[in-house]
Amino acid sequence: MHNKTIAQIARDLAAGEYSSVEITQSLLTRIEQLDKTYNSFITVTAEQALAQAKAADEQRAAGNANAWTGVPMAHKDIFCTNGVLTSCASKMLSNFVAPYDATVVSNFNQAGAVSLGKLNMDEFAMGSSNESSYYGGVKNPWDIERVPGGSSGGSAAAVAARLVPGATATDTGGSIRQPAAFCGITGLKPTYGRVSRWGMIAFASSLDQGGTMTRTAEDSAMMLNVMASFDPKDSTCVDQDIPDYTATLNNSIEGLTIGLPKEYFRDDLSAEMQQQVRDAIAEFEKMGAKVKEISLPNTHLAIPAYYVVAPAECSANLSRMDGVRFGHRCENPQDINDLYKRSRGEGFGEEVKRRIMVGAYALSAGFYDAYYKQAQQVRRLIKNDFVEAFKEVDVIMSPTTPSPAFKAGEKTSDPVAMYLEDIFTIALNLAGLPGMSIPCGQVAAEGGNPLPVGLQLIGNYFDEARLLNLGHQFQQATDWHQQAPADLA
Amino acid sequence: MEWEVVIGLEIHAQLATKSKIFSGASTEYGADANTQACAVDLGLPGVLPVFNEEALRMAVKFGLAIDAEIGKKSVFDRKNYFYPDLPKGYQTTQLHHPIVGMGHIDIELDDGSTRRINVTRAHLEEDAGKSVHEGFGTMSGIDLNRAGTPLVEIVSEPEMRSAKEAAAYFRKMHSIVTYLGICDGDLSQGSMRCDCNVSLRPKGQEEFGTRTEIKNVNSFRNVERAIEVEIERQMDILEDGGSITQETRLYDADKNETRSMRSKEVANDYRYFPCPDLLPVIIDDNYIEAVRETLPELPDAKRHRFVKDHGLSTTEAAVLASSRDLAHYFETAAHAANDYKLAANWVQADVSAALNRLEISVTELAATAEQLGRILVLIKDNTLNNGGAKEVFNALVEGKGDGSVDCIDSLIDSMGLKQVSDTGAIEAIVDEVLANNQKLVESYLATPVEKRGKAMGPFIGQTRKAAKGVNPQVVMEVLKKKLSELG
Amino acid sequence: MALEQDQVRNIAELARLQIDENQIGEYQKNLTNILDLVDQLSTADTTGVEPMAHPLDAVQRLRADAVTESNQREHFQTIAPATDNGHYLVPRVIE
Repeated sequence: MHNKTIAQIARDLAAGEYSSVEITQSLLTRIEQLDKTYNSFITVTAEQALAQAKAADEQRAAGNANAWTGVPMAHKDIFCTNGVLTSCASKMLSNFVAPYDATVVSNFNQAGAVSLGKLNMDEFAMGSSNESSYYGGVKNPWDIERVPGGSSGGSAAAVAARLVPGATATDTGGSIRQPAAFCGITGLKPTYGRVSRWGMIAFASSLDQGGTMTRTAEDSAMMLNVMASFDPKDSTCVDQDIPDYTATLNNSIEGLTIGLPKEYFRDDLSAEMQQQVRDAIAEFEKMGAKVKEISLPNTHLAIPAYYVVAPAECSANLSRMDGVRFGHRCENPQDINDLYKRSRGEGFGEEVKRRIMVGAYALSAGFYDAYYKQAQQVRRLIKNDFVEAFKEVDVIMSPTTPSPAFKAGEKTSDPVAMYLEDIFTIALNLAGLPGMSIPCGQVAAEGGNPLPVGLQLIGNYFDEARLLNLGHQFQQATDWHQQAPADLA
Repeated sequence: MEWEVVIGLEIHAQLATKSKIFSGASTEYGADANTQACAVDLGLPGVLPVFNEEALRMAVKFGLAIDAEIGKKSVFDRKNYFYPDLPKGYQTTQLHHPIVGMGHIDIELDDGSTRRINVTRAHLEEDAGKSVHEGFGTMSGIDLNRAGTPLVEIVSEPEMRSAKEAAAYFRKMHSIVTYLGICDGDLSQGSMRCDCNVSLRPKGQEEFGTRTEIKNVNSFRNVERAIEVEIERQMDILEDGGSITQETRLYDADKNETRSMRSKEVANDYRYFPCPDLLPVIIDDNYIEAVRETLPELPDAKRHRFVKDHGLSTTEAAVLASSRDLAHYFETAAHAANDYKLAANWVQADVSAALNRLEISVTELAATAEQLGRILVLIKDNTLNNGGAKEVFNALVEGKGDGSVDCIDSLIDSMGLKQVSDTGAIEAIVDEVLANNQKLVESYLATPVEKRGKAMGPFIGQTRKAAKGVNPQVVMEVLKKKLSELG
Repeated sequence: MALEQDQVRNIAELARLQIDENQIGEYQKNLTNILDLVDQLSTADTTGVEPMAHPLDAVQRLRADAVTESNQREHFQTIAPATDNGHYLVPRVIE
C-alpha cells in the first residue's frame, strides 16, 4: 500500500478498494517501524490523522468526496498547525504549539486530506543537509550515512521512504529541489507568490515559497491544485488565475525549446552526473523538443547575493523570537537584555546565529550600500538574465545539484562549502521563478549504493503547468521516479 | 551673548481608523490588556501584514491639507531594535520613500501676524505597545493593544524660534488633523504626542548647536513649558561655557524640568531596510484628486471666511475656527438663525460657559446647534427675551426636552417664558404694580425729574417679576407713560 | 574582509545573541569566510541598476478598514512564558 502515489490512492479510495482509515493506519504503522531510522518526522499526529481519516470516510459515504478526500500526506514543520507543535526544528520553538493554521494547512484540511504529522527540517530552514535540526539529522533512505539534503530533508526522506505519498515543503534557496534530487523524488517550487506564506514561518520573506514533495509530477500537480490559492492575508501572494495543473499533464511537448545554460554545465561537474542529465535531456528531444545553448552570465553572483539578502531578511524575521510572548525563555533573566540574549543564544543553533549575525552586519550603518543595496541590484541583473533567456526558450534545464547526496558531517564544519551546494538552485529564488527537480538517473556511490541524480527544470513566471507537463511526460517515458532504495521497494 | 533658539517638532498622530495599520484588530482605546492584540500585532511566527486602505487615504488627505507633495510610490521599511513593547523586534515605518513630502502650515503669532513653518515630511508607521511598571512586582507588564495602531509622524523643519511658536505649531497641527477627521486629537489618551528637538546657537551663526530631544510631550501647555525649561537649562550651560550633550530627555510636568533618559549601552543602529512582507504602495493622480475632493474647509480658510463674509472680529474668528466641532456647532446655529454675530456671541459666552461648567466637549452638549439656532430665531422675533433665552438654553443643557428643535416652543410655554409684547396686557400689569407699590410711587414722584430715570428701576423689576416674559422695551415705554401721567 | 573579534561581539550584542567567549574565534573565522564569499558582489557593475526588493515588481494590495479579529487573549497566552492579569511579563524596564 505504501508504494501507491497520491493519484492511485485517490482512485482507490474512490473505487472503495480500501478506506482512508486503512491506508492512514497502514502508513502510521510504517512510520512507527521505519522512522526511528530516518528521523523524518518531528511530530506524528496519529490520533488526529485517524480522526481526519474517519471523517473523510464518512464524507465519502455521504457522497461528498473530492480528489483529496482521505488522502494522507504530511507537512514540513515550518507550517503552523493549530494545536500542534510547530517547531521549525528549533529549540527556540520547541514549545510552540501554534495557535492558528497556515493557509496551506487549511487548504489541505478543507480539501479533506489527512495529515500524518510534522516533518523534520534544517532549523528555521537554514541548511542544505538537514543537520542543523534541533531534533537531530534526517537520514537519506538511499544510504543512511548520507544526508537527505535540506532544508526540507524530512519531507524528502519521508516521501522517498514511502512513509507518505506527498509532503509540503518550502524552498528559499533550493530547499525543495536539492533534497528532492538527493532523495530521488519530484520536488516543485512554484513561482514566488503562487502559494500563500501566511502561517509559514518566515526565513527570508522575499525568497521563501511553499511547494510540493511527491514521487511523481502528476502527484505534484494534484498537490499544487490544493496549495496554490490567492490569500488576502499575504500581501505578496499573487491574485492570478490558478489553472487545474492536472489538466495539461498529457499535452504534447513537441516543438518546445529547452535552454541549456552553459554556466550550469561546468567542467568540474562529475562526468557521470553530466551524462545522466544529458541523457535525460535527450529523452525530451526524442519527444520532439529542441535544445538550445543559452547563457546566464550573472550566475556566479547568485550565491554572494543570496548570502546577503537571505541573512538580512532573516536577521529581522527572527527578532520576534525574544522569549516574551512565546517560545524558549531562559531561566531567571536578570534584566531585559539578559532575557533577550540568553533566550536567543540558547534557543538558536549555530547556523541560525551565524546568519542572523551576517544579516545584522550587512545592514548595519556604513555597510548597507556595499552589501544590501549591491545585492538587490545584482538580484535584478540575475532576474534580467532569465527574462532574456525566456525570450528564446520555453524552459531551462540543468542538473539540480553539483553532486549527489554527501555524507553526514562532511560539510558541517565549513559553512561556505555547504552554501555552494545550492549553486544551481539559488538563482531561481532570487528571480522568483518556478523550478522543479525530477529524478533522472543514478550514480554509484562508494560502497555500491546507487544515489539518485536530479534534473532541474526552470520555468518562466507562473509556468508551473508546463514544468509539470514536462515532468509527467518524462515520467511516462522513463522509470527513474519509480526507483526506490533497495531495502524499501 | 545673545542666543537664538532652534526648535523642530516631530508629532505622532494616531489615525482614526477602525482597525490597525496591518491587521484587522480594533484600535479602540481603553480595552483590557492584550484583548485587541491579534496574531499579527503579537508578531507570532508566520503572520504577515496587509496594509489598511483607510490609513493610506488619511495620510494622503493630511498631505494635501498641508499643501505637500504626495509620494506616488511609498515604501515601508523595517527599523530594527529590541524593546518589549515592540513585538516583532522591528517597527514598520517609512524611511526613504514617505507618503508625504515637503509641505507647510501657517501659525498665528500673538501680534496677529502669521508665520509659515515648513514640514519636512510625514510618514506612516505602526505604534508600539505599552509597558506597565506598576502592579507586577519586579517585573513590567506588556500590553500590546496599541501595537499596530496607525500613526502618521509629522516632521517639521527646525524653523521655530520660541516655545510659544512651537506650541502654536502643535495646536495648529492638532486643529488640522481633527478638522480632517483623521485623528481624534485626544491628547490625554495619547492620540497625539510630540517630540521636541531643541538647540541654541549664538545669534547670527548659521550652524546649528547640539540639540536635545524631549520625548513624548502630550499637551499644548507642556510643549511650551518643556521647551521653555529646556531652553533655560541649555542657556545656563552655554553661558557657563559648557557644552550640550546630544541626548533624549523626558519632561517631568510636576517638577517642571527635563531629565536625561538613561542612555542606551549600545549606540542605536536601526539597520533599516525595505520590509519584504510589504510591497511598494503606488498611487496615481486620480487617487490623489479623489482624496482632494473629500478635503473639508480647513481652519485657515474658515477663519478668513468668518471675518470676510460674516463680519466677525479676527479674535472671534480664531476662537470659533480653532476646533472643527466648535466651528461646526457655531455655523449650524448661525445658519439656522441667519445671524453669525449673534451666534458668535452665544457660542463664546453661554455655550463655552456650559462646556467649561460640565467639562465636556461640544459634541457631548445636550443642547444641539439646531436648538440654539431656534433660540436665536426666537430672540430675534421677540418671542424670547435674553433672560428667557438663557433659561431655555440652560434647560436644554440639563437635558430637558427630547433633543428636537420643535420641543423648544413647548418648553418655552411650560416654563412660561414667552415674551409678552402686547401693550394692553402690559398696561394692566403695570397698573397693578403701581397700585401695589404706593410707597415707591410716592418716593418716585418726590424725586427730581432729572433723576427719575434711575428711580424707574424698581418698577421694571417688579413688573418682570409679575410676568416673566414681558418685553423689557415695552415695559419701559408703558412705565414712562403711566408714571408721567401721575405727575 | 576580516572581522575583528570586537566586531563579532558588537554584532552579537546588536542582534541580542549570547555567545560564549570561547566561541568568538570560531564565529570570527566563519563569518569572515562568509563575508569573503559575499565580497564577490563588488565585482559586479551595477551602475544605474534599480535595486530589486521583490521578485515580481508587484504593488501593495490594500485591505478594507474593518475589524475582523476578535479577542483571543486566553488562547494566545497559553503559549506565553510568563503572564499576569493579561499582561506579558518581562524583567522591569525603566525609562
